[in-house]
Parts: sequence; C-alpha cells; structure tokens
Amino acid sequence: MIVELGHFALILAFAVALAQTVIPLVGAHKGWRDWMMVANPMATVQFMLVAFSYAALTYAFLVSDFSVKLVVDNSHTLKPLIYKISGVWGNHEGSLLLWVLILALFGASAAWFGGNLPASLQARVLAVQSAITAAFMAFTIFTSNPFERLEFPPFDGTDLNPLLQDPGLAFHPPFLYLGYVGLSMAFSFAIAALIEGRVDAAWGRWVRPWTLAAWVFLTIGIATGSWWAYYELGWGGFWFWDPVENASLMPWLFAAALLHSAIVVEKRETLKSWTILLAILGFGFSLMGTFIVRSGLLTSVHAFAMDPERGVFILMILAAFMGGALTLFAFRAPVLEAKGVFATVSRESALVINNVLLAVSSFVIFIGTMWPLIAEMLFDRVLSVGPPFFNMAFTPFMVALAMVLPIGAMLPWKRGNLVRTLRPLWGLAAFSVAMGALTWALQTGNSPLVPIGLALGIWVVLGSAMDIWARTGRGAFGYRFARLGRLPRADWGKATAHIGLGISVFAVAALVGWESEDIRVVQIGESFDKGGYTLTLTAVDRVQGPNFVSTMGTLEAWRDGRLVTILQPEKRFYPIAGMPTTEAAIDYSITRDLYITLGDPQDNGGWAIRTYIKPFANWLWFGCFLMALGGIFSLSDRRFRVAAGAERNPRNAVPAE
Amino acid sequence: MRGFALLALALFMGFASPVMAVQPDEILEDPGLESRARDISAGLRCLVCRNESIDESNADLARDMRLLVRERLVEGDSNTEVVAFIVERYGEYVLLRPTTEGANMILWVAAPVLFLIAIVSAGLYLRQRGAAPDPTTKGLSAQDQKRLREILEE
Repeated sequence: MIVELGHFALILAFAVALAQTVIPLVGAHKGWRDWMMVANPMATVQFMLVAFSYAALTYAFLVSDFSVKLVVDNSHTLKPLIYKISGVWGNHEGSLLLWVLILALFGASAAWFGGNLPASLQARVLAVQSAITAAFMAFTIFTSNPFERLEFPPFDGTDLNPLLQDPGLAFHPPFLYLGYVGLSMAFSFAIAALIEGRVDAAWGRWVRPWTLAAWVFLTIGIATGSWWAYYELGWGGFWFWDPVENASLMPWLFAAALLHSAIVVEKRETLKSWTILLAILGFGFSLMGTFIVRSGLLTSVHAFAMDPERGVFILMILAAFMGGALTLFAFRAPVLEAKGVFATVSRESALVINNVLLAVSSFVIFIGTMWPLIAEMLFDRVLSVGPPFFNMAFTPFMVALAMVLPIGAMLPWKRGNLVRTLRPLWGLAAFSVAMGALTWALQTGNSPLVPIGLALGIWVVLGSAMDIWARTGRGAFGYRFARLGRLPRADWGKATAHIGLGISVFAVAALVGWESEDIRVVQIGESFDKGGYTLTLTAVDRVQGPNFVSTMGTLEAWRDGRLVTILQPEKRFYPIAGMPTTEAAIDYSITRDLYITLGDPQDNGGWAIRTYIKPFANWLWFGCFLMALGGIFSLSDRRFRVAAGAERNPRNAVPAE
Repeated sequence: MRGFALLALALFMGFASPVMAVQPDEILEDPGLESRARDISAGLRCLVCRNESIDESNADLARDMRLLVRERLVEGDSNTEVVAFIVERYGEYVLLRPTTEGANMILWVAAPVLFLIAIVSAGLYLRQRGAAPDPTTKGLSAQDQKRLREILEE
C-alpha cells in the first residue's frame, strides 16, 4: 500500500512540476504577480510529494518488502541496516529517484530562501528548475519505475553488490548527486537571467552560494569515491581515468571555473556572458556525466542500466536543455553589457586565465573520454584512450594553474602592478624551487615528478598563506595577527581551499612517484622486510561475517624490535551475490600508509602477499577535505547569507559559532 | 566507481576477484627486466576487461599477455619491439596510450590548440577591455578636451 502511495505521490509531483514550469513563466512574462507567486508553494508541495515517494521506497527496503522488484534485486534480509538505507540509491531506479528528490529540494530551497530575489527572477528560476525536475520525473516514471511490483515475491533478495556495502561508498553517490544537481541551480539562474535580459552584481551574488555548494558536494563526492577505490579495490589506486570518474571530474572543473568567474560578476560586473555560458556548460557536463554513466554507450563500466532506451531518453533531455539554453544564449548574450573596466594586469585577468585553464583541462578530459567513440564512428578505428594519455595531456594544465594561482590570488582588482605583487612572492618562489631541488638531490631514482609536485605544493600553500596575511593590512605583528580572526569568512575560505589544492598536488605527486611495491609468496610463520618494516604472517583463518565468509590473514609489522601494528587483510566472499571482494589492511600514518592485501593460496602452502608503501596518501584526502572546508567557510560568509534571504530574520544573520 | 567495472565483469563475464594482478610466480628474476615488464604492462589494455591495464587485471587473458610480455623481454626484445609485437597480435585497441598516427593527431593536438585559441582570444579581449572607456566615468566632452589642450599648451 505504502509503495503504491509512493508511486502515486511521484506521479502527482510530476503534474505539479509541469504546472510549475508553465504558470510562473507566463506570470513573469505578463507581469501577473499572483501567477509568479504560485511557484513558491508549488515548489514546496513538489518537494514534499517527492520526499514522501522517496520515504516510501526507503520503507520498502527497510522492511525488506520482497514484492517490490527493486528490493529483491538489491537487498537481503541479512544486510546491515545502513546498507538497507544506502541500497535505495545503489541502483539505477533508486538513484534516479534520489536525483529527483535533490532537484526538488534545491528548487524548494530557492523558494524558501529566495525571498529577496526580484519576483520575476525567482519565478523564472523556479520554473526552469521545475522543468528539469519534470524531465527527470518523466524519465523515472516512464522508463525506470522504482516501484514495480512482482507477482510472485521470492523469500529473500539477491543482495546489494558487495562492493557497494561499504561506508565510504554508501555516501559517495548522494554527495555526487548533490553536486551534479546543485549545478542545475546555477543553470536555472543563468536561463532565468537570459530570459530577463539582465545580469548584475546581485545576480552574481545569488548564483555563487549555489555553485559553491555544488562544488563542495562534488569535491566530497569525488574524494570519498577516490578514497573508497584506494582502500577497497586492493591495489591502492586512487584515480583511474575511467569514463565514469571523468564524468564527475568535468563538472567539478567547470564548477570551479564558474565559482571564480561569478566572483568577477559580483565584484566587477564584467565577464557576464562568459559566466552565463559556464553555468550552462557546467550543468551540461553533469547531464553528460549522467548520460555516460547510465547509457553504457562508452564501453565503460556500469552496473546500472546498459539500456539503450534509457540512454536515448537522457540524450533527449541533454539535447533539449543544452540546445534550448545555447540558442537562448546566442540570442540574448549580446544584451548583457559589461560594466567594470579593468587593466590587462589585474585580478580580473588572472581569473580569466584561471577559467581558461580549468575549461581547457576539462576539455582534455572530454575529448579523451569521447575519442574512442569518435574514432570508431568516423575513422573506423577501434582504440583506447587510457591513463597515459590523460596523465600527459591533463597534468600540464594543472601545473600551470598551480604556478599562476598565488600570483593571481594576490593581484589587486581593476589595475595591478606585476612587479609590486611579485615582490613578496619572489622569496617563496625561490624557497619552493630550492626545496624541489633538494628533494631531487636526496631521492633515489631520478623521476622529476615528486620534486616538481613538492615545489608546486609549497608554492601554493605558502603563497595562499601569504595572501591571507597580506589581507591584514599594515601595522605591528600583533595587530595584524588579531585582524586575522576578523577577516571575512570568504577570505578564509579562499586561503583554505587554495592550501588544500596545494597539499593535494603534492600528495598526488608523492603517491604516484614514490610508491613502492612488493609481491611474494609467504608461508605461515615466515617473515620478510619491506620499507624498514619486518612483516610476519602469523595466521590465515576463515571468519564468518553477517552476510559473507572471509579468509583473513594476520600479519605483524615490526620496526626496530617494536611491534608497530597488526594487519588483517581479508578476501571476502558474498555467497548471495556470488561475489568476492578484497579488504586491504592499511596502517595509516602521516608520512606513509602501509598497505597489505592477501592473495590466493599457493601450491606450496604459502599465500601470495602484496605489500605497498604509499607515501603521504593521507595528505591527499586531507587536501580534498581542506578544499571542501574552504568552500564551506566561504558559504558561511555573512554576506552570502544575507543574500540568501536570511536578512528578514536578523537572528539567522549572526554567524553560528 | 571502478566497482561498477568490477561488478560488470562479475556479472557479465563470470570472473573477477578484485585482488592481485601480477602473481608471484610471474615475476622475472632480473629486477631490471621485471621493472620494464611492469612499465610495458601498465600501458597495455586487458582485452576482456573494461578500462583496466593487464598489470592491474586478474583475468586469465591478462595473465597470458603479461607472460607473453615477459617472454619477449627475456628473448631480448626492446620495449618498443615488445609493444609492436603485442599490437600486431591484438590490434591498436590494446594501447592505453593512443598513437599519434593519422586521425589520432586530432586527439593529441586538440587541447593545446584550444588552449592557444583561448589564450589568444582572452588576451585580445583583455586588451580591449583595458582600452575601453570606463562607462562609470564619462569621457571628456569636446569642450573639455579643447580646454585641456589649451592648458597643456600653455
């Protein structure tokens, strides 16, 4: 019964979404205030209906209602509670419903917190957002119904893919979706502004929090996915340039570019049409990502729908929204007149370079991901584009970005003086290069990767620190130090996110350049040395888990006669899903991870053991965490909150400490 | 994300234990040759997998290919010869790093060319913006211009 109600609520929400697309648009066009205002309650109703629908599906998973096909395919009574909840989005239909839920949530937030937007702009934003939601609801209802019932329910389900039964991955998809869908908000604002024919500083300020939020969510989503791959897949890789991963990195890069160019719109009222274009393309790439992931068109890798019908449906959504948006853009962009004037050497120009680098690096990923398809269709060549291409083609842009970042971040708005801005930075540059050279001299092997990564990392981290220090103005040290705490949160956000980027750059270089590996057969009781540790395999046992059986090795890691840690790598088998998984044992520390996986038993009674030393692995996740934290700082800046409509209630305007 | 790959494998191809690619018994005695073998295998695609190199894959075919690479190396082939041998047998598809031959040139030069175009047009735009009159402060009127010239000439 509840399941049917959920299904019904979704259809009702679809009807509301259609009405919400049309009525406010007409109202805004004719200047009928009541027709515009109706968008607000509609967005709320729409969200509540979808939320109910989603809750109904979650309920079916929680009580293991095996008359629902989706529950049978993706759940099992023995599955731990958390994975019953995450199982809802661990499949195509459920994840699509989550996607719709988030779309509706963002739409409703624009209704709740957009009180100080001009009425016509808000009506149009809500209408465009609702059009996107309606398209995805139609997709869900007509091609991927999550509420489908079975005539003869089985006694138990076939379990969720064991690889997805993991805390890291349980929360990876919702964050990614929040990010993808967050970009739909920027898109809706861009379209609404094009229809209005007006983009001003206020628009820049309204669109920035949404973009910032989307970017933070994408950062967290990508980082959790990457971290999961690191510990779960058994060889400690963290990025594979897989089409599905690329599909998330492209919108991330675009969101980063949009974030920066929206600042220019807000502060200087220029780069308007470019910012609008970025907002359109950013969401376009997130739709593209959805398409790549769900159509199976690229010989990627997908557990969900390898269903051409679904692929075509998304392609139609993509074509309709992008085609419509870009046409509108072509007609209306000339109307958007730039106001602020700036010199060639200025913060504005630096942000243009930032945008060029981010957009082009995103394009590298795009062409690399699509090339196998293009080559096969146009040139009749079956080929692959793998990590070596992406590493070679993508890295130079990131290096360039890191090199210009501290300089650009410190250039003044409007008119700068390169010599003056560079003066305090020369010392830093020399220090970074010296540290890189020192590393080069000290390291074994002569790969330039880590020295360059280290130099860039130090340059970006110290440059960002100097940037925020320079913001404290002139005066005595104590006075400036006291001012640090009073700087706007957006300044702290900028410094934190940039420092996070610097740390990540260094960590990636160190992890790739300095990793070392050892593969061998070890008998029980035997010891071997790796990276300064003496490792002893003391036992291999069979262990029974809740819904799996495990072969668990136990290794002692000794260093200088002291027991450092006991590592227990596992090979698990999930009988219901019929799938094996690896659980690597990792000893995390600041300078290195000790990473061990257990392999197959050998003929002579020994076990294959792989040991890795992963230098500075934690720094990568920490860097990503700082980037997201920087975004959150910036988001909590009071200026945004006032812009987000909190000013009507002064209590909310006080930053929550 | 790679999990989807593994799941696809497990479901559609009926194998996959996501552990251990290179097995201990495959490793060559000579560490120099072995490290060359690893480098080569990291650039070759496992044919039955999705987006995995033979170095990472644990498919039987990937193992055969790894052994083949090592066999050729032991016979004294150079890295290029080994790769050429594999490509001749399995086709261009095995190369994770696409060649620069023919239409592939487009792939390799697309990004640098786009970057140049973007930088040049951004540069032109910036110059033009820098030279544009500031609409917030109106330019001098003809009368003021004349007055200014007079002052300068004095």
